[in-house]
Amino acid sequence: MNKRWTDRLATSVFTMIALVIVAVLAGLISYIVVRGFSQLDLDFLTSPPSSFREGGGIGPQLFNSFYILVLTMLFTVPLGLGGGIYMAEYAKPGKVTDFIRTCIEVLASLPSIVVGLFGLLVFVQLTGWSYSILGGALALTVFNLPVMVRVVEDSITSVPREQKEASLALGITHWDTIRTIILPAAFPGILTGVILSAGRVFGEAAALLFTSGVTTPRLDWANFNPLSETSPLNVFRPAETLAVHIWKVNTQGLVPDARDIADGAALVLIIAVLLFNLVARLLGRYVHKKLTSAK
Amino acid sequence: MPATQSVADRLLDKKKTIKKERTGKLVVYTCAAIIILTTLAITLFLVLRGIQAFVADGVSPIQFLTSLEWNPSRSAEQGGPVYGALPFIVGSFAVTILAALVAAPLGIGAAIYMTEIAPSWGRKILQPAVELLVGIPSVVYGFIGLTLIVPFIRENVGGQGFGLLAGMIVLSIMILPTVTSIATDALRSIPNGMRESSLALGATRWQTIRRVIVPAATPMLLTAVVLGMARAFGEALAVQMVIGNSRTIAESLLDPTATLTTIITLNMGHTVPGSTENNVLWSLGLILLVMSYLFIIIVRFLSSRRRFS
Repeated sequence: MNKRWTDRLATSVFTMIALVIVAVLAGLISYIVVRGFSQLDLDFLTSPPSSFREGGGIGPQLFNSFYILVLTMLFTVPLGLGGGIYMAEYAKPGKVTDFIRTCIEVLASLPSIVVGLFGLLVFVQLTGWSYSILGGALALTVFNLPVMVRVVEDSITSVPREQKEASLALGITHWDTIRTIILPAAFPGILTGVILSAGRVFGEAAALLFTSGVTTPRLDWANFNPLSETSPLNVFRPAETLAVHIWKVNTQGLVPDARDIADGAALVLIIAVLLFNLVARLLGRYVHKKLTSAK
Repeated sequence: MPATQSVADRLLDKKKTIKKERTGKLVVYTCAAIIILTTLAITLFLVLRGIQAFVADGVSPIQFLTSLEWNPSRSAEQGGPVYGALPFIVGSFAVTILAALVAAPLGIGAAIYMTEIAPSWGRKILQPAVELLVGIPSVVYGFIGLTLIVPFIRENVGGQGFGLLAGMIVLSIMILPTVTSIATDALRSIPNGMRESSLALGATRWQTIRRVIVPAATPMLLTAVVLGMARAFGEALAVQMVIGNSRTIAESLLDPTATLTTIITLNMGHTVPGSTENNVLWSLGLILLVMSYLFIIIVRFLSSRRRFS
């Protein structure tokens, strides 16, 4: 009965591994939630951080994170759509396509700090913008683009061939087929991908250290002039995001309650990521149902 | 498409459709061109900036790669500043390999559990768990390392807490989901016929896993590990928060050390652009770039050996 015994042993070892992973996840999340929960209140979420005294909040950081996220998506989604459509519909097998595929692979495997260094060189020094929201968003676009292209390509290639062929057979041109037949069918997959990559961008920090900087100027929330220095909407001002803030208060702890701030900020970050994940799943499922089943 | 335009209209209006077709093609090709341009620009800019230290400042590349001493502020009487990056190179490799040693068996084990063993409810728990672990931002891992793992090591194992061991633990948790999800895909792509034939011959599940499935999936499982290592090698902030950032090679797991990424993170903002010290940091960045190309080559080599796709 030796071999049956080893089989059982192996099964229990693998089960143990699975349990360990689930336990680690549960441990991490409950640790963050338990530590951060007492920090969360409206004041913490909206007030600006203080540099030396206790009791600072994360208001501007939270705003910056969302602002950079929106800008990044504004750049990434069209570019990613175009690139994905190219890879799925126009790319012919050959050297050029192989080369683009390699490029996507390279972009995807670049460490985010290297993307940050590139951003420092091009969007900070070369353009003369200094540390800016726009530079940060562009660096994150570089970081996010390969993911986006892959998501779009995968979603498009999983659209049934017959659907496309039927459209072409009716004499509708390739581009119109892509626009009116393929993209709507691929939409649920693309949407899920966009939301998931938004979560990734939201938590990214290393690429932003050198592009959007680690400071936020004093903001005047009533100032909606995007060219004014104190306006939150100004894309040429430096901006510290939530993830960068967590890193900063932990490593350059000038405030006495750095630990509490980091606890709260980490919880906000985790909640945001969980939300992005959940929304992506639910919305993906909903849109899928809406588009595929009978009304 | 406006509702007023019927299919017939679309077909008959040749001029308009051809024009639209061309515009569409142009937009899509432009996007593809931007991808190529970005990649080339990153490579070109970082190489040009990375060799400045050797070309303009006369830092010896051999000394840079082999010297153990990193002391940019050493006075002229003592022989001037030295830029030896070896401790950081060793640090990066050490922490990456150690993290892979933990994450590879766990990740592949979890993947085997998910594809071969788990009842459907087990998969329903593990799959989202792994996906959520992927989504947790790296600074949060660093923060947990700093507030949970470092004090734990300090109190129970010894030393300062900051060091190679803490870096290894944080990184292995970080790359575990990467390894698991790619390994899961690899095992799923093994044709079911192979499993069934093996079981039909009287093999137990474990024998099937060990003798049939794992050997068949080996190149892809290795790809999973290499991609995990690539992630670990390039990770900056989480490691920086826990590794201690001393400029020496760690002699034991408990010693603090530094990696390429942590030195760049810490010093890039404090050095004057154009100075030798700043240029040398760009050279460290160049090493990171070269390493990520190397990881791609390894992955390419492994995937050329895969037998199923």
